Amino acid sequence: MSTTSTSATTASGSQERHGAELVFDSVSKRYAAKGRPAVDSLSLNIPAGETVMFVGPSGCGKTTSLKMINRLIEPTSGTITIDGEDIRSKDVDTLRRSIGYVIQGGSLFPHMSVRDNIAMVPRLLKWDKSRIDARVEELLEMVSLEPGRYADRYPRELSGGQQQRVGVARGLAADPPVVLMDEPFGAVDPITRQRLQDELLSIQRELGKTIVCVTHDIDEAIKLGDRILILQEGAQIAQYDTPENILAAPANEFVEDFVGAGSSLKALSLSRVDEVELQETTTARVGEDARAALARARSAGDRGVVILDDRHRPIAWPSLRELQYMDRIPATRDDRLPVVDRRATLNDALDEMLAASQDGIIVTGQRDDYRGIVRFEQVTAYVQEANRNAERAAMSRLSTQEQQRVDAEQPSGATVDADRERVEPDATAEDLR
Amino acid sequence: MWPFIAERWQDIAYRMYQHTSLVVQSVVLATIIAILLALLVTSRRSLVPFANAISSVGLTIPSFALLGLLLPLVGIGAIPSVVAVTFYAVLPILRNAVVGLDGVNPALVESARGMGMSPLMTFLRVRLPLAWPVILAGLRISTQMSMGVAAIAAYALGPGLGGYIFTGLAQVGGANAINYALVGTLGVILLALLLDALLVLVGRLTTSKGIRV
Repeated sequence: MSTTSTSATTASGSQERHGAELVFDSVSKRYAAKGRPAVDSLSLNIPAGETVMFVGPSGCGKTTSLKMINRLIEPTSGTITIDGEDIRSKDVDTLRRSIGYVIQGGSLFPHMSVRDNIAMVPRLLKWDKSRIDARVEELLEMVSLEPGRYADRYPRELSGGQQQRVGVARGLAADPPVVLMDEPFGAVDPITRQRLQDELLSIQRELGKTIVCVTHDIDEAIKLGDRILILQEGAQIAQYDTPENILAAPANEFVEDFVGAGSSLKALSLSRVDEVELQETTTARVGEDARAALARARSAGDRGVVILDDRHRPIAWPSLRELQYMDRIPATRDDRLPVVDRRATLNDALDEMLAASQDGIIVTGQRDDYRGIVRFEQVTAYVQEANRNAERAAMSRLSTQEQQRVDAEQPSGATVDADRERVEPDATAEDLR
Repeated sequence: MWPFIAERWQDIAYRMYQHTSLVVQSVVLATIIAILLALLVTSRRSLVPFANAISSVGLTIPSFALLGLLLPLVGIGAIPSVVAVTFYAVLPILRNAVVGLDGVNPALVESARGMGMSPLMTFLRVRLPLAWPVILAGLRISTQMSMGVAAIAAYALGPGLGGYIFTGLAQVGGANAINYALVGTLGVILLALLLDALLVLVGRLTTSKGIRV
């Protein structure tokens, strides 16, 4: 499914540049005053088009590492290359104009309209006016803000979430191959944050930029990252791997502590909504005859009807009882509509359901178009299943470890106590539970 | 008083024009000097308390005394008036410009630099517009004050309404003493109010809607 949708957007003529490869080669940063370097010989390879999350405790050097990429901080030694080109070979402002930069709260210029904020880098690059206008509209659409309504507003006339959306749009404005994000969603409430993350996933699916994102939130890292870089003090790499591998096999105690969470919670934040089979439900278009929709829902045995706007985006999910009193399907948008992106985690889906007190959630795909729904029971069933698998895996891992221990104790391996071997791992697994 | 005004309204109008011209030119000059100084000061953080001290202490120097000190250096006439008025006009603007530029969220400055704006562009497009309302408040204070200082400048034979005030004071008890002093003083007040209204208008026009209070 995902491949078809991706190729469809590419075919529809998107001219976006894709990501570039980013390489750190033994990069160090030493502030003269302090003895210990903030970043100590960091070597790292970030493949083109991937999202890499830098996480770690505060003061571990993750932000310093990020800011060395656009030279807001100059490394003391070592080199950073983008697509093989040393970042110091270009003029610093030229370099920065080719790298998107998104920081906490959006950091919009309060004295400039949304349009002027987004147009900043394209203007620095001296694009012509019509191209800039078209680009601003395109980007606002992309971050789900209606250009006609929002382009000429000032940042203070927007909510925190909307400001952050504009911040993301501004970072993408000149279509940079590399985008740096520094705690991009740190300043918004959890529900908004989850939606912004979903949108970023959806945008990234479309654009395939190389994104480097600093966060202190391991759940965010697991959700957004193709890879996660866990850093210890001095930007020492504790582990650099996919979220799945980090959760399944933490490299050391530090990572284990940092990742935390029990196995079922891990399953929730690792599993994406589209891993659960999406269910169909009755849908209706705005302006359609409400009675016909009601009849369809009754015959399908659904408890509600998902209302879609003219661009196939869900806007409300009234129950059959609410629908009874309507003639035509109204265009009112429900702000508390429980909706997640298909790449959102089950964790988010549950959050949304609880927040909206609904036992189901609407799933959207590219540009918020409707894909189907997921019910609460499906999520719990999925988690139980995942738990059983995790336990089985834990058990087999324990027994292998046990086997290795036994093998080590008795190198000859001649008289292995068969009973002990079978009983002990079971007991351990029991304790774990 | 009316016959007094009617008799010499052309002279009064001319003096009012001179007075305004002196103040406006000095304040414009002072604004440029103050913003440049503030830019220097805010780029070296250790200078900030120093600048604040100068702008407060500077204001305690009596303008009369300063004029007296300037006379041997620049002679009499328009120049010492401009120097003295500019000197005082710089101080409140400098103070506000330092506060205003300092108050710009560092994250915004970093964001601007991170997007590839040069330091000069960051100053002109981000820091200055954001600090502008505060600087403008300083400019208004400065203009009001300069009106008074410019009147004193008449002591150095500078242009403007100050001449009337001094004439009035010199002829205390004389026929037109009160008229001279009153016309001079009221003229200064009237001009101050007009200029302030003008500055409020300028403020409306030059402050972005996004940061207007």
